[in-house]
Amino acid sequence: MIQLQGIGKRFGEQQVLQDIHASFGPGQINMVIGASGSGKSVLMKIMVGLVIPDQGDLFYENASLGTMDRSEKQILRQNIGMLFQNAALFDSLSVEDNLLFPLRMFKPAPRAQMLERVAYCLEKVGLAGKGPLFPSELSGGMKKRVGIARAIVLEPRYLFCDEPNSGLDPKTSLRIDHLIRDLTQEFNITTVVNTHDMNSVLECADHIIFLHKGRKTWEGDRQQILKSDNEDLNELVYATRHLQQFRDKASL
Amino acid sequence: MKFFFHFGRYLLMLRQMLSKPENGRMYWEETVRQMASIGLGSVGIVAFVAVFMGGVSAVQTVYQLVAPYISLTVVGSIVTNSSILELGPSVTSLVLAGKIGSNIASELGYMRSSEQIDALEIMGVNPVAYLVGPKVLACLTMIPLLVVVSISTAIAGGMVICQLTGLITYDQFIEGARSSFLAYDVFFAMCKAFTFAFFISSVSAYHGYHVQGGALEVGRASTKAVVYCCILILSGDYILAELLL
Repeated sequence: MIQLQGIGKRFGEQQVLQDIHASFGPGQINMVIGASGSGKSVLMKIMVGLVIPDQGDLFYENASLGTMDRSEKQILRQNIGMLFQNAALFDSLSVEDNLLFPLRMFKPAPRAQMLERVAYCLEKVGLAGKGPLFPSELSGGMKKRVGIARAIVLEPRYLFCDEPNSGLDPKTSLRIDHLIRDLTQEFNITTVVNTHDMNSVLECADHIIFLHKGRKTWEGDRQQILKSDNEDLNELVYATRHLQQFRDKASL
Repeated sequence: MKFFFHFGRYLLMLRQMLSKPENGRMYWEETVRQMASIGLGSVGIVAFVAVFMGGVSAVQTVYQLVAPYISLTVVGSIVTNSSILELGPSVTSLVLAGKIGSNIASELGYMRSSEQIDALEIMGVNPVAYLVGPKVLACLTMIPLLVVVSISTAIAGGMVICQLTGLITYDQFIEGARSSFLAYDVFFAMCKAFTFAFFISSVSAYHGYHVQGGALEVGRASTKAVVYCCILILSGDYILAELLL
């Protein structure tokens, strides 16, 4: 369980986040949605501890991130997996070595045992046998899947995904969504996904918070999102004319 | 104010660099990898520059010694002393600032802009300790060795060129070199090498690590790293000469 209590952040004159309260539970996909510049990425960086909030605090299982010292944060981070927008794989390492890196750093074991874990994670993301390849030899979707495999290799309790579908075709996007959903449910992970891809939201979001100009203005699930009367949210959900026509027909 | 901001952040980076490694073996492997890359990867350019540095200083010394009452053995003495005191440590460090400094800054800058440093941090790795520490340690180990290679090659280069061009003989060169050799000069050269190695590695790492932006900013950081390293090497050269000679 992750709890945000009154999170606020300002960069210079600009108030990027203001008084964000939310709670993200385990075994479900929690999505943070909003238009570009709404503060989603900053919120995620605050949640993983890369950015320190100006106001408020956040709690991992009732432990305050704000009061943790460096070693406590390091222990917490070993329970966090993160998929970056561009996967952020280590270019100079092969896929196998990318996955071996956190294992060797934090859970050193006989090499055969670690390779077994790597093979298991690669199989989970549908990339069995791709270990010897380098990131430059992979497609965008494959890179994301390697990113997911690296994020889960240490069996994290929390998984953060920043725009997991950006730059991917709809079919590959769907595959990534299903992968995140299956892993979340199978391992009872607390997953937080940043996205503005409404297909993803409607496909697998269990809990959604909507950010508009740095404020949380709506919260609900994927059934409720289609019936919301929040105008800012509707502008995002029904962004295209086709969807607007579809909504108007449905409401008649 | 800007200077104090950067200097403070630089000091904080150095402090973080000294924190306890999460896994000593992984850090050691990274240090050895950096040593191979920095040391072996630079031997060729260092030797190439040193041969011509020694040769040119020998030829120019002979050219300037027009007085018949000055013994030609002085050429060996001047080439050796200038190689040990100045050309070896300072010129080699300037060359290495261009090669290693830009390499460190661009590597870290690219890792920053592609979020690889963030990925390390979220894994629980201290990115400064893991990425900067081994580079600084590798430079502190390998650059003094490269300076030794440079000094030896410059002296050998000067001697061979003197012999090949018939300026003076091997014996005259060696006699001059021995007559003015002081062990303290080697100590002074090593002090310079360690100081410059620290400047090259830490200043370049600072510029690369704190890149904000994309390819353009990485390029700028790399250029800045080389410029600041050169300024620090030249000013440090003077300060060390004042303090130690």
